[in-house]
Amino acid sequence: MFPIEVKNLKKSYGSLKAVDGISFTIKPGEVFGLLGPNGAGKTTTIEIMEGLRERDSGEVKILGLDPWKNGYEVHKKIGVIPQDFTFFEKTTPKEAIKYYAKLFNVKADVDTILKEVLLDEMENHVFESLSGGQKQKTGLALSLVNSPELLFLDEPTTGLDPNARRAIWEVIRKLKAKRKTIVLTTHYLDEAQQLSDRVAIMDHGRIVAIGTTEEIIQQHGSGERLEIQGEQPLADYIRANTELQVEYSKTKEKITIPLKKKIDMLTALTTAEQSGMHWGEIQTRQDSLDDVFISLINKPLGEQGKEVKQKSNKKELH
Amino acid sequence: MVSFKRIYADFKVFSVGYLRNKFGLFFGLIFPVVLILIFGAIFSGDAGVVNVYAQNQDEGAFGQNIGNNFLTALNESTTIRVVIVNTSENFTDFLSSKSASDGIVIPTSFTKDYLAGQQVNVTVYGSPASSTSGIVSGTVNGYINYFNLQRFNGTMVIGMTSATVNTEQTTYIDFLVPGLIGFSILTNPMFSLVNIAADYKKNKLFKQLSLTPLTKMEWLISKVLFYIALSAAGFILMVAVGVIAFGAHIALSLWLIPFLVLGPILFASLGMLVGSVAKNPETAGVIGNVITFPMMFLTGTFFPLSMMPEYLQTIARVLPLYYVTEGLNNVMVYNNIPNALIDIVVLGIITLVIFVLAVKLFKWRED
Repeated sequence: MFPIEVKNLKKSYGSLKAVDGISFTIKPGEVFGLLGPNGAGKTTTIEIMEGLRERDSGEVKILGLDPWKNGYEVHKKIGVIPQDFTFFEKTTPKEAIKYYAKLFNVKADVDTILKEVLLDEMENHVFESLSGGQKQKTGLALSLVNSPELLFLDEPTTGLDPNARRAIWEVIRKLKAKRKTIVLTTHYLDEAQQLSDRVAIMDHGRIVAIGTTEEIIQQHGSGERLEIQGEQPLADYIRANTELQVEYSKTKEKITIPLKKKIDMLTALTTAEQSGMHWGEIQTRQDSLDDVFISLINKPLGEQGKEVKQKSNKKELH
Repeated sequence: MVSFKRIYADFKVFSVGYLRNKFGLFFGLIFPVVLILIFGAIFSGDAGVVNVYAQNQDEGAFGQNIGNNFLTALNESTTIRVVIVNTSENFTDFLSSKSASDGIVIPTSFTKDYLAGQQVNVTVYGSPASSTSGIVSGTVNGYINYFNLQRFNGTMVIGMTSATVNTEQTTYIDFLVPGLIGFSILTNPMFSLVNIAADYKKNKLFKQLSLTPLTKMEWLISKVLFYIALSAAGFILMVAVGVIAFGAHIALSLWLIPFLVLGPILFASLGMLVGSVAKNPETAGVIGNVITFPMMFLTGTFFPLSMMPEYLQTIARVLPLYYVTEGLNNVMVYNNIPNALIDIVVLGIITLVIFVLAVKLFKWRED
C-alpha cells in the first residue's frame, strides 16, 4: 500500500481551476517535493491531502483513508506544518509540545523532540519572541509529537534567512534518515533538489513534470552539450567536416554542440585539433533544474487568460 | 464525544497564556474595579441633593427679613442646597452664565407683604428638560405652605416619614456593583472571543488545531470555562471593593451562581458567533461593538433601569444582558428570588440558542 494515492484530483474556487486533474503516488520513506510558482495549486493539493479542504472530484487515499471523510482518524496519524505556521503568542515551545501530547494522548519525550528540531535552547521562550526559523522549528516539533509516519511540510522555509533554511533542511534530513514519508512543497528549487527523492512540478493546477530531478532534466531539458571557446572560422570548420549540429554565438565567442552520443565529444575535439586554429576553454553543460523549471512553467499550458489574449490579438490583426 | 482531558489541556495552555498577557489581565480584572472606584467616588457624595442659586431681593421690614428665613429653611431641607447670588447681579444672566436652569428669587416687598398678609410670589426658575427642576419646585412649594401656615399660627397636621421597600436603604453603589459585574460578564468573554475567533481564523490557528484530536466543541467549552472562572474572580474582587470602599449593601446567595455561569457561556458563544460570521478581524470588531455598547448602557449597568423612560426599558428587555443585570439586582439588592428565577429561565433559553448557533456556525476547516 502506498501512503499517498491521488487520482485525477480536481478543485475549483468559482471559475478558477486551482487543481485540474492531477494524479500521483508516493512510496513509503520517500521525500516527495511539490514544486511550482505561487498560485500553481501546491497548497490546495497539500491541504486536500491533509483533510483540511474538501475536493470537488477525484480519489485521494492517505494511509488508505479518505482524508476529508475520515479526517479525524487521518489527523492522528500524520504530522503537518501548514504554510505560515503560527501558534498561541504567549505559549512556549515546551508548553506547546506538552499540550499536543495531551491532545493526542501520547507520552511525548519533550526534550528529545526539542533536540531533534534543534530548539532546546529556546524551550522556555514564548512563541511571539521567537525568530522566524525558531517558529518553524516549533511547528516541526509539534508535527512530530504523535510520531507520524507521514509528514506534510507546506513551504517550511519560505521567508527564512539562509542559515535558518539550512537548519530546517538538517532536521528534514534527519527525519528522512528515519524513513519517514515526507511531502514537501516549496518554490525553492535548490531545496527540492537537496531534499527530495522525487519532485512534481505544478503549474496552473496541473503536474507538468514528475520524477527524480535527473529524470525531469533528461525528459524536459535540452541534454548534454559541449561548449568550446573559439572564433567563427573554427565553428564553420567543424560544421563542414563533421555531421554535428554546430551553433555559434558571436557575442560570447562560443561554439555550442549538442552531444547526442558520447562519441560526439571526441569527434568535435579531434576536428578542432585538426583545424590548427586556436581554441580556448572547453566544458560540457547540462540543463539545470532551474533551466527546466523556467522553460516548463513559462509555456502557456492551458492557461485560459493567455489563450484568450492571443485570440483577441488575432482578431485585431484581421 | 467530549474528552475532559483535552478540555483541561486546552484550558491550561489558554490560562497560562492569558495570565502572561498583562493587557488582557488589566481589562479582565482591574478595569471593572477601577470603574467601581470611579463611579462610586462620583456618586458617594450628597447623592440626590440639588444645588440651586437664589437671590434675595427682600428689603425687609420692622427689623425682620423673612426672605432670609425662608432661604435658610430651604437650605436645611434634605433635598436642596441654596447658593446665594448677590443682588447686584442680573439673575437670569447669572443663571445663563453658570449654565444653570434652577433658581429662586425672593421679591423686594417679601417681608412687608408677608407681615401685611398680602399675596406675594416667590419666583422659581426651572426647565422641563431638567430632572432637578421638579425637586426644586416641589421643595419650595412645601416651604411656602409651611410659611403660610405659620403666618396665621396654623399647625402641621399631616407629616411624612421616609421609608424604602428594601430591607435596607439602597444607595447608588448598591446598584453599581451588580451593574458592573454584569458589565464585566458581558465585555470580557465577548470582546476576547470576537477577537480570538477572527484572529485564529486569519492566522489559520483553527486549521492548525483541527489537525489535532481537539474538537471545536471541546475548544469552545474550554474557553467558556475560562471565562466563568475569570467572571467569578472579577465578582469576588468587585464585591469586595464595593463593600470595603463604599459600604455597599449586598446580599450574597447561591442564587447568584446561575448568572455567573450562564452569563459567560452566553457572551463567549455570542463573541464566537460574531467572530465566525465576520469576514475579517476588523469587521468582527465593529459588529462586536455594535452589539456590545447598546447593551452596556441600556440594561442598567451604570444606572438603575427605573431611571430610564418606558420605551427604553422595553428595548432593554430584548437585550440578553438585561437578564443578567436584572437577575443580579434581584438577588443582590432586592432579595427577590421569584423574579430572579424568571431571569434565570429566560437567560438559560437565550444561552442555549446562542451556544448551539455558535457551535454550528463556527468552522474548523474550509470547504
